[in-house]
Amino acid sequence: MSNRQHCIIVGGSHAGAQAAVSLRQEGWNGAITLISAEPILPYHRPPLSKAFLCGGKSDDELLIRPADFYAKQGIEVRLNTRVARVDAASRTLTCDDGTQLAYSHLILATGADVRRLSVPGSELPGVCYLRGRDDVLAIRRHLKPGGRAVIVGGGYIGLETAASLRKQGMQVVVLEAQSRVLQRVTAAEVSDFYTRVHREEGVEVMLEAAIDHIAGGEAVEAVVLSDGRTLPADLVVVGIGVLPNVELARQMGLEADNGIRVDEHARTALDDVYAVGDCTFHYNPIYATWLRLESVQNATDQARTAALAICGKAAPYKTLPWFWSDQYDLKLQIAGLSTGYDQVVIRGDSRHGRSFSAFYLREGRLLAVDAVNRPKEFTFTKRFLAEGRSADAQRLADESVDFQACFS
Amino acid sequence: MPQIIFVAHDGSSFEVEAAVGSNLMQVALANGIDGILGECGGACSCATCHCYLDEGVYADMPAPSSMERDMLDCVAEPEPTSRLGCQVVVTEDMDGMRVRMPASQY
Repeated sequence: MSNRQHCIIVGGSHAGAQAAVSLRQEGWNGAITLISAEPILPYHRPPLSKAFLCGGKSDDELLIRPADFYAKQGIEVRLNTRVARVDAASRTLTCDDGTQLAYSHLILATGADVRRLSVPGSELPGVCYLRGRDDVLAIRRHLKPGGRAVIVGGGYIGLETAASLRKQGMQVVVLEAQSRVLQRVTAAEVSDFYTRVHREEGVEVMLEAAIDHIAGGEAVEAVVLSDGRTLPADLVVVGIGVLPNVELARQMGLEADNGIRVDEHARTALDDVYAVGDCTFHYNPIYATWLRLESVQNATDQARTAALAICGKAAPYKTLPWFWSDQYDLKLQIAGLSTGYDQVVIRGDSRHGRSFSAFYLREGRLLAVDAVNRPKEFTFTKRFLAEGRSADAQRLADESVDFQACFS
Repeated sequence: MPQIIFVAHDGSSFEVEAAVGSNLMQVALANGIDGILGECGGACSCATCHCYLDEGVYADMPAPSSMERDMLDCVAEPEPTSRLGCQVVVTEDMDGMRVRMPASQY
């Protein structure tokens, strides 16, 4: 084992980059190496389905930190590199190019990968996913105004992509297997709202749609549903969720079912081995539950938590989860986790117009908010939830009551 | 390149070069200034790049959008010259500008 202080971060995304940044900010004097399978430096993923897909952002604008930042901060970045295996006993890892590196501390930021479609024809050119920058470059190659796009999956990625492709002048169909879009994450009122807006924008939303196969010769030509309907397509974008990348952790003997299990300091069961971001299964003290989150907030906050622990300033991770999604002129901001809600209160009108909030409660206690074009209600709720305050359902539903006066 | 001076809550200051066309949040992050978080990457979604400008500078630049104003209404310690750094684009005439940062972005 080497005595050299060297923190190696596996994975070059939001969590990996933030871990490197935070280590320096918190006073880590040892070496830092960031290993990324990507061909470019860590970048923001949220714009991929939005501004980057629409061609409104360059690679440089996508970067989480500019190229010279890493050299200035003494962070070595190895791009186009995967870690093949880790020997935790000797604290060495081996890259896919054969390079061996010794570490004193290891941070796994391996992220998640898309769930793939398995119906016949799924491998045809023109069937794309949306997770990384390369995926968007592939989508852009098949993007043409007036062309036909079929989106598989009515989740956030599918709907954001539908909005962006529509903006680019494509004819767009969204296929959702369930009876409403966003079913896993929102209330029916919010689902109905998004279905309405997409239809108003000219997107065809098909619910309870099951795909039989994808037809085509040299490239995709159509999506064929199990009821026999055929939807012509020049481009198919699949957004049916992600799975955490846990192979490396498992190979190290770590417990990793739905994500790598970590404690409130992002520590795994192995000494000086941490895990951060989408790949972790962790405890949230605010909701008293174990969960895996796919969000920028979790990636950055957990990375900071790991850096603090490594630098001897351990502070437990207890941030309120929050998310956002931009589609058309809609800015959706979500604070908290709605899982387990038994009551939904709508403030504003979700059936007309484009501005309202949906509040989720359980046994009278506020859990979360989905705020559409209501940044004030989002920001106040985010702060009040973090402070442990609740709100009165009747007051929330009444727009004549001052918003802050709804909270106790 | 214009020089911009970021002033932390405790009064310590950092003078950095800012590329014209970039925004204040990007400038802060590129220079490792930790009083600015910029969690959403500049989408005007998180209000964690809150900063205070000097009055004259504030008055001379384009006014904040309604979305930004709404976000600013709910930051921890708003002031009349509060802005979200991600919405302020650097121009040549900002050379020497002071940008003060709040005690906390939450």
